[in-house]
Amino acid sequence: MIKYLKLQWKTVRRGAIFNMDLLKFFTAGSVDDGKSTLIGRLLYDSGSILADQLEALQQSNRKNDDGTIDLAILTDGLKAEREQGITIDVAYKYFQTDRRKFIIADTPGHIQYTRNMVTGASNSDLAIILVDARNGVVEQTIRHSFLVSLLELKHVVVCINKMDMVAYSEDVFNSIKEAYSEIAVKLNLKEVTFIPVSALKGDNIVNKSDKISWYSGKSLLDHLETIEVNEAVLSHQARMPVQWVIRPQTDELHDYRGYAGRVLSGSFHVNDKITVLPSGIHSEISKIETNFIEQDEAQSGMSVTLHLKDNIDIGRGDILVNSSHEPLVSQEIEADLCWMDTRPLDSSIMYLIQHNSKVTKCKIREILHKVNINTLEKIQTDTFQLNDIGRIVLKTAEPLAFDFYQNNKLNGGAILIDPRTNLTVGALMFRANAGY
Amino acid sequence: MNKQDTTYLDQLEAEAIYILREVAGQFEKPALLFSGGKDSITLVRLAEKAFRPGKFPFPLVHIDTGHNFPETITYRDEMISRIGEKLIVGYVQDSIDQGKVIEQTGKNASRNALQTVTLLDTITENKFDACIGGARRDEEKARAKERIFSVRDEFGQWDPKRQRPELWNIYNGRIHKGENVRVFPISNWTELDVWNYIRREKIELPSIYFAHEREVITRNGQLMAAAEFLNIDHEDHIERKKVRFRTVGDMTCTAAVESHADQIDDIIEEIRISKISERGARMDDKVSEAAMEDRKKGGYF
Repeated sequence: MIKYLKLQWKTVRRGAIFNMDLLKFFTAGSVDDGKSTLIGRLLYDSGSILADQLEALQQSNRKNDDGTIDLAILTDGLKAEREQGITIDVAYKYFQTDRRKFIIADTPGHIQYTRNMVTGASNSDLAIILVDARNGVVEQTIRHSFLVSLLELKHVVVCINKMDMVAYSEDVFNSIKEAYSEIAVKLNLKEVTFIPVSALKGDNIVNKSDKISWYSGKSLLDHLETIEVNEAVLSHQARMPVQWVIRPQTDELHDYRGYAGRVLSGSFHVNDKITVLPSGIHSEISKIETNFIEQDEAQSGMSVTLHLKDNIDIGRGDILVNSSHEPLVSQEIEADLCWMDTRPLDSSIMYLIQHNSKVTKCKIREILHKVNINTLEKIQTDTFQLNDIGRIVLKTAEPLAFDFYQNNKLNGGAILIDPRTNLTVGALMFRANAGY
Repeated sequence: MNKQDTTYLDQLEAEAIYILREVAGQFEKPALLFSGGKDSITLVRLAEKAFRPGKFPFPLVHIDTGHNFPETITYRDEMISRIGEKLIVGYVQDSIDQGKVIEQTGKNASRNALQTVTLLDTITENKFDACIGGARRDEEKARAKERIFSVRDEFGQWDPKRQRPELWNIYNGRIHKGENVRVFPISNWTELDVWNYIRREKIELPSIYFAHEREVITRNGQLMAAAEFLNIDHEDHIERKKVRFRTVGDMTCTAAVESHADQIDDIIEEIRISKISERGARMDDKVSEAAMEDRKKGGYF
């Protein structure tokens, strides 16, 4: 009987694991806002810190004023950072609960790390913006919210932190909420949730706080565990850039020609009419393979191998799309640009643009403006320095098949590469303009 | 992604396959670093999913310290004949014989640090421009900041300050001559994810991952396999214990844990309730808090 029960318990647990999904979120805020403490608290209170990490933590000589462990140490990665006491890059942290698995992109909040925040945000479904309850909405809050809006993160959680320092006041919470709501409207942030927390004391992070009885919403973790995020799969735009062509060329598989790639958005079915871009050739899907077996459908996010009814010349850099919802094909594209290199943008040289599996040369045709990201003012400029963000017009050597970033992040984003250094120097988000 | 139809393991798998195909598409001469450990075994399964029924667009490369668990070598050779792919072995012994490295002496001598030189030589000799590895960001905090595509200079060095930003799912693998890229397709997996995947995919592992009786000694508070490479002397007390290994490295630096978990389900349960993270059983990280960062800068995997 005991053995039977044990077996049953295991089966239930295994089921729970396999049905869990993944939420990627990023945190914006500075050391002073208690961002690292908040992440440390999430990990600590959800039991995600293992004994040897805890041991290393306790041995460290960084303690809070009251002698408790400084949880912020958990998210500091590099030696230089430990010395300086700041986070200078994107650190990825992992934890899971019974309901969900999480990946945190922990990014620094200072203005000189704007590019790191843009990187973290590009890989996230949700943003946590920290506001110090004592200071309310400040310049940095506007900057972080602008980046969240630029990267089109649909879900925002504003954690009003250090509530313990303002005597858990509902009035303070409400006035910050009101001030932030104005910014949210201005930046077109639609889904914003406000949570009063104290990361240091653990209020409303994992467990609901009994000191904030006026707040009827969920704790932060509860909110993260239950929020629904699945935009790409609902899209009508079926997109699959070809990464690699599988051609075994053996006697048995003489005619085998499979197009390997990952479905960016929407889904493909056997017999769907598709278009190969940029060439514009039409065909139909004859077979979908994944996991060594044939499937009827290739969904958003899946890595698959597609076969076509016609024998056409397709290679890396081409994209397969559903013919009913084709993307734009153009050599002239308007885009928001975040400059990520210490060497400023030089409009006189040729850059490379990498858009999914396609790489081609490009030039900056026009700089429309840059944005003062603290005040959201548009400024005329003829160059971009590190961390500058603004609008440009690009001319590419070969046409790109793209969607607007707002409608399709993965087919609407690209990077700029400096051919002199091979560094990734810019993040591009394709935007609509009057020309289309 | 659709919650009803896909789970996080499917998401992680799809991402890893995507990364492997990017390597195939972007590089001239990639290689897959194969240690015989569960992470690189997982990579081989993912490569099968990425490229079958075609051949892998890269060989497997094993850096052999000469101090391996014999079970690992048996496993490696059986696997290679099963999958029919090319294996290149770089021997640390060759680097020692050529005088390129000097073997450590003393009781705790290990060839673990020497394999960096052999690895870099193997990369140079074969002109590899990308090396796929099984490192995960959850292993250690210096690794939490590692990129999926991590550029190394011609000395194999990693510069945390010159890392390229990685936006969306776009990986920039462009390099200058002499540089190469380390690629980590399972960066976003945790130890438990790897085990759950191995169970789901019914992947076979070297027998040392499962609890077995073995002669062990206790060194620096850790259980070590009683192998001749450990310079065992009269001070060491050899015991027979039921143990398993959580990672598979060189015998001189891979510690065992006492365990009765001889089935994968039991191992997963053990890990779930375990309070020691995986690298706690690797003596090479104990040296200092910044140990991993220093080794990475020098070209370690």
